[in-house]
Amino acid sequence: METDKTLLSLQNISKDFYGNVVLSDVSFDVKRGEIIGLVGENGAGKTTLMRILFGMNVIRDTGGYHGKVIIEGEEVHFQSPFDALDAGIGMAHQEFSLIPGFSTTENIVLNRESMRPTVFNDVFGDRMSVLDRADMKKRAVATIAKLGVDLDPDTLVSEMPVGHKQFTEIAREINREKTKILVLDEPTAVLTETEAEVLIKALRTLAASGIAIIFISHRLHEVIEVADRVVVLRDGVIVKDTPVADVTVRDIASWMVGRQVTVERDEESVRTFTEDIFEVSHMWVDMPGETVKDMNFTVRKGEIFGIGGLAGQGKLGIPNGIMGLFPAGGDVRLHGKQVTLNEPRMALQMGMGFVSEDRRGVGLLLEESLEWNIAFTAMQIQNKYLKPVLGGLFKVRDEAAMRTLTEGYIDILHIKCTSADQKAMELSGGNQQKICLAKAFAIAPDLLFVSEPTRGIDIGAKRLVLDALHKYNRELGMTIIMVSSELEELRSICDRVAIVDEGRMTGILPPTADLAEFGLLMTGERVSKTSKTEAANG
Amino acid sequence: MRSLKQFGADFGWPRIIIFFFLVALFFAAPAVGVRVDASLSDVFNRFGQNAFFVLALVPMIQSGCGLNFGLSLGIIAGLLGATLSVQCGLHGAVGFFGALVLSSPFAIVFGWLYGKLLNKVKGEEMTIAMYVGFASVMFMCIMWLLLPYTAPDMIWGYAGKGLRTTISVENYWFHILNRFGAIRIGPFFSFPTGEILFVIFGAFLMWLFLRTKTGTAMTAVGSNPDYARASGISVDKMRIISVIISTMLGAAGIIVYEQSFGFIQLYGAPLAMPFTAIAAILIGGASVKKASMLNVVVGAFLFQGLLTMTPSVINSWLQTDMSEVVRIVVSNGIIIYALTRKTKVSK
Repeated sequence: METDKTLLSLQNISKDFYGNVVLSDVSFDVKRGEIIGLVGENGAGKTTLMRILFGMNVIRDTGGYHGKVIIEGEEVHFQSPFDALDAGIGMAHQEFSLIPGFSTTENIVLNRESMRPTVFNDVFGDRMSVLDRADMKKRAVATIAKLGVDLDPDTLVSEMPVGHKQFTEIAREINREKTKILVLDEPTAVLTETEAEVLIKALRTLAASGIAIIFISHRLHEVIEVADRVVVLRDGVIVKDTPVADVTVRDIASWMVGRQVTVERDEESVRTFTEDIFEVSHMWVDMPGETVKDMNFTVRKGEIFGIGGLAGQGKLGIPNGIMGLFPAGGDVRLHGKQVTLNEPRMALQMGMGFVSEDRRGVGLLLEESLEWNIAFTAMQIQNKYLKPVLGGLFKVRDEAAMRTLTEGYIDILHIKCTSADQKAMELSGGNQQKICLAKAFAIAPDLLFVSEPTRGIDIGAKRLVLDALHKYNRELGMTIIMVSSELEELRSICDRVAIVDEGRMTGILPPTADLAEFGLLMTGERVSKTSKTEAANG
Repeated sequence: MRSLKQFGADFGWPRIIIFFFLVALFFAAPAVGVRVDASLSDVFNRFGQNAFFVLALVPMIQSGCGLNFGLSLGIIAGLLGATLSVQCGLHGAVGFFGALVLSSPFAIVFGWLYGKLLNKVKGEEMTIAMYVGFASVMFMCIMWLLLPYTAPDMIWGYAGKGLRTTISVENYWFHILNRFGAIRIGPFFSFPTGEILFVIFGAFLMWLFLRTKTGTAMTAVGSNPDYARASGISVDKMRIISVIISTMLGAAGIIVYEQSFGFIQLYGAPLAMPFTAIAAILIGGASVKKASMLNVVVGAFLFQGLLTMTPSVINSWLQTDMSEVVRIVVSNGIIIYALTRKTKVSK
């Protein structure tokens, strides 16, 4: 490697958030005019790494980082993103930071507008200058030409298709004369395939002009197409740093998801189920950040059906849509009977239960007792835990029955608490999660949705939660649909694992399938026909 | 020491301080020539008069609509019921309960509309409620003049139309509750048994209601609306029910107040009534999100005790009339104090 060409060098970067290590000893170099493809699962540390590079406050507020960031041979310590901008680092964000009411030109040259002096300048100074719109437009057009895309300089951002917004965002970054390094976080996520192709071509043109690009994407074929080198992060460590020339999408996918730990699957390896219990066809869900577009799948009676996928691809939208918490449409059937969507009460009455991923927001009454938390849904939906008073004139809460129920679950699920009337907010995350499970178990659903059951709880509690699900499935025959970001977890407990990408199901695999297969499905790549049919039969 | 601190924290220092202040006032009263038995009688009477207003705040607090600054709406429904009862010439118990029955349809309709409005402004309920209260009182100032009441006891003598600002219920249902089973001891003390019993009955019904399925759902809506929705509860419906109940209790409250006070007060009178009720429930230890029957009873008693004793003792002491000023300073001061530390609930 020739040092004179090295533009940016990250050396031994480590970062932990209060003891939770997210990056450890990350080092790589970026050369002038080089395109680096940075890939990794959610939580692998990509975002944190880019935040360090960009001098974001959140890094300093959480105790800074270890290691060195070297730009053109000099170590830098950015105090804020402004320092990073001055040093020549540009970043196009996943969520656009554009002003909707301004035109393309105005957005591109924002805060760097060309000025023309007026007569008032002599008296009041430079602040009295006016915009030189002709020159601004000229500069914008030149920048757009540099990108090599077709973009009207006068359109308002609010009226643009989403692809053009992305181009505008990138144009703004390269319009800065100093920009030497451009970081693109998921630039193609919102683009159609043709737009993505145009963007990739534009990136090539840019790189040819000497700008180094760090390209973060989940679309692996694009990474291979555009990048010179691919850097794979997994759990905060660089597992692979290699030129793209001799790798395939499949290789990258397996590097991304492959972990050292082996999947522990106890007892029987393959269970077979015959009866269908739940069918979803052409379902859409409008859940912000987790949109489901066209979902089709069938779940069989008695199985644990896993749904995985990367964050933001729509896997969380599935249970939330079916349970009526977000607007949804399509045909959903339980036991062959149509489920009324957008009505949580109907979904619950039909015999479906839900453990929400938003434990504190949706899952619990934080200020109420454990008894309330566990018995409430059963009381409201099934009229349980009520007793008549005043000769049957009123029915009031049966506190004794609620207590018995709660104490039962405290025993079964090993919930650590002082008593059944402790407030839910006083429990630890893992125990709160068990309360959420108990609430769902209390209505004895035929079909239970569990969304991110182990998010944010420690390893011991994870085991207990998964064991509880396993137990209810085996002993009571409860059909469970489990949505999780943790692939290993899905593979350890589920009978089949479906992967969601961009709001659609890309495939269903047996839990024993090759890791690379899962990786490919997660990134939306085509899966080989054989494994798909195997899963369907299994 | 530790347990004293704990007790203070649990019961709430403001309540303890006010309680001892009240006791001190009772001790100071004879010294400035105020009779203790007459004062006690007053305190009980005012407690009975006002407790219903305090009770009326509970459902909306529980459902997460906050403090009902728009209680005036319920009071207006009660005034309509009371005036209609007089207009129909109903006397005695029939007159009193007739007023309650006649006010209910108004309270239900007002509460339903008011609830729909509050559902549109979630998070800003208390501000909006205050303006709803003010605006409705002012609107009724016009209506009291225009509504076609004809009973000679109520309309202006010189014009022959429009309702008077104060209407005596002496010939109709004055002290109908207070007299019921009243216990008189000496010339100055009388315990308004009927009125207190009526309050206890109302509080018992509310206590029972909060334990029913609907009451439980309402409390859950106030505690975490997203949880309630995920459990199949219609959040908006529960909130509207709570507003309707609150408005109906407000209507009942003003009728109880009038039978004890002896007059129906119209026009601007309902304007400030929600504030005293709110100050009372906050003194009682309720927060903006949680209230119990204990908060209602303790709060109404302490606050009314304070309002009765402070002016009479201070007036006698300073030889000047400060009652109204003291009342306003105390009630608004308490509201400010309680709202600024609204998260903490006392047991």
